[in-house]
Amino acid sequence: MRFVLIGQPNCGKSTLFNQVAGYKAETGNFAGTTVTYTGSKVRVLGEVFELIDLPGTYTLSGSNPAERETLKYLFSHSADVIINVVDASHLSQGLGLTLELLELQIPVVVALNMMDEATRMGMVIDGPELENRLGTRVVPLVASRGRGVRNLFITALELGRSGRLPVRPMYGKDIEDAIQAVISKLDGQIANFHPEPLAVKLLERNEHLISLEQGRNPEILPFITSINKKIIRDRGQDASWVLSSERHGLAANLARRVVQQGERHVSWRDRLDDILLNPFWGYVALIVILFTFFQIIYSLGSSLEEPLLRFFDLLNVYLSRILSDYPFLAELVTGTLQGVAGGVAIVLPYLLPFLLGLGFLEDVGYLPRVAFLMDALMHRMGLHGKAIVPFILGYGCNVPAVMSTRMLEERRDRYLASALATLVPCAARLAVVFGLVAFYLGPVVALWIYLFNLFVIAVTGRIISALLPEDTPGLILEMPVYRVPTIKTVFQKAWFRAREFVVEAWPILIIGSIILSILNYYNLARMINLLVLPITWFLGLPYEVGVPLIFGILRKELSLIMLRQALNVTNFSQGLTAIQMITFTVFVVFYIPCLATLAMLKRELGKRDMLTIAGLTVLIAMIAATLARGIAWFIY
Amino acid sequence: MNLLRVDSGKWIRVISISGGGGLDIKLRNIGFMPGDYARVIRQAPFGGPVLLEISGRELALGQGIARKIEVEECTPPCDLC
Repeated sequence: MRFVLIGQPNCGKSTLFNQVAGYKAETGNFAGTTVTYTGSKVRVLGEVFELIDLPGTYTLSGSNPAERETLKYLFSHSADVIINVVDASHLSQGLGLTLELLELQIPVVVALNMMDEATRMGMVIDGPELENRLGTRVVPLVASRGRGVRNLFITALELGRSGRLPVRPMYGKDIEDAIQAVISKLDGQIANFHPEPLAVKLLERNEHLISLEQGRNPEILPFITSINKKIIRDRGQDASWVLSSERHGLAANLARRVVQQGERHVSWRDRLDDILLNPFWGYVALIVILFTFFQIIYSLGSSLEEPLLRFFDLLNVYLSRILSDYPFLAELVTGTLQGVAGGVAIVLPYLLPFLLGLGFLEDVGYLPRVAFLMDALMHRMGLHGKAIVPFILGYGCNVPAVMSTRMLEERRDRYLASALATLVPCAARLAVVFGLVAFYLGPVVALWIYLFNLFVIAVTGRIISALLPEDTPGLILEMPVYRVPTIKTVFQKAWFRAREFVVEAWPILIIGSIILSILNYYNLARMINLLVLPITWFLGLPYEVGVPLIFGILRKELSLIMLRQALNVTNFSQGLTAIQMITFTVFVVFYIPCLATLAMLKRELGKRDMLTIAGLTVLIAMIAATLARGIAWFIY
Repeated sequence: MNLLRVDSGKWIRVISISGGGGLDIKLRNIGFMPGDYARVIRQAPFGGPVLLEISGRELALGQGIARKIEVEECTPPCDLC
């Protein structure tokens, strides 16, 4: 038997799924965390069932990727029971989708989730009355604490066995007549869609279904168009509008009848936004929160990274000594170790604390507030508020930054945000800026490099967005209520995301590192330097800088470590002039993101976009470094 | 008048949503339709989004969107006050 979880974004579907399936779906206090579906086997009362978690969807109209995915799934797979998760604290909104699901001729059980939240808001919900009016089973649920989960699946099982179909809502007479007229033109069902729901979706002009029906029944489109014309004439709006507005009204009416709004307990959560979204204090709080966030990660990370890298260095020295008779093998081992160490030095010290902190901010519900505060600024770069998240993350590590662009709806926004986020100097590039510029030329120069970076990102954003005009008018964002996250979900989520890095990016890091060690063995440093010569010559950098730049693609801080080797100096001021230091640092800050980030870009956007972004960063790095060189020439 | 001109704290009723690009459908799909009542909670500075309370939840709409929403000020509807 197959159960399918359907609900609106941020209603707790994935939380429920994870409660019974172990951690497989990504959750967050942010609308639209799941975009594809996830399946798992669950055991209820000794029987094994399939449980499918579909992406959050407000309706089944198919106007965005998540909705299309949901409708396509229901269309092409048979579902024995739909478990409709509804946020009890926003009943009227959630019931709109419920009414649409009741039309599908599939048994539906309504899970009223977040009952604790509803109670906190002073709502008393008459469950039996709702059951009566919907004509289907309704079960209370607090998925985050696992309350009511067992009862829900027992109910779903009963429904699946009895196969009791719900009764769909009745619409105005003209619409009902139209539905019947379409049914009479249909030749039975298509795939898993019964004639009645099919007729409703055709009337709503669902493109996917219309093109399918056209294939076997070419007259259907003109017929629906003529019916629609009549509806538009009588009602002033087309059928899809009338249907959704009637569902909207029915849902509001239902909610009014079953919800008793009592005294609302005003708590700290209601007061919090008065500060956190305040036109002045909101920004102060934002800076303090982000500063603390990075401070914690940075101090945790650096205190872990040092001993870890020392350990790997010792191991490397030890192994090299053992293998000193086999120089090729020694070189290979060094390369492998460097790749492994790279992963360990990024994941454990920085990425994990980072993901934990991010998961916490996300589950609390703070990220949408950041999006709200930063919307106006982001518009100047052709993006909207939600795109601030990848930028913030970028200062820690570009890998999670690129991952987080998933929350943006439009592909164009995801591309632009990813491209810009890879220009943000991550913690590894911070090491270069601090180790070279701040150390030899003073912290003020380092600060200027950061400001210059922001300027370049803003200009790049403007240029790209002029080339890729915005097709969305702007931000539509649900502001979730603040929630106290559970430690379990925060840890599970961090692990879930870290695993993506381990599986996707780390192997590439190790392979790249081995290849470079082979090049090193065959003494190809000269060739590499020659290869990079056009760039180093153009920027007026020493010829030997080529190798550090290539190694920097592996891990950005390697470019600094290798620079010492390549120039054969212990004090950089002996090998580089102040102008060269600035030029080199600016170039390192912008050019090709590290391999791990490239792997993530490929995963999120595909190979072509990954390559264009990589090429773009080299171009930007050349321009920015030339510009910086000119400015530095004036000063020094 | 459009949504941008409403002061914080005021109740409004949505009259119409103009503009192409399927904005009306997008808003309709998240349950925001003409005829709905809402309260303007606050507006972000520097031309930032408008925060609305609509049937118990909070929704932020960017300026570009808020400008396309025609509303009228009203007294709080009774079943919500």
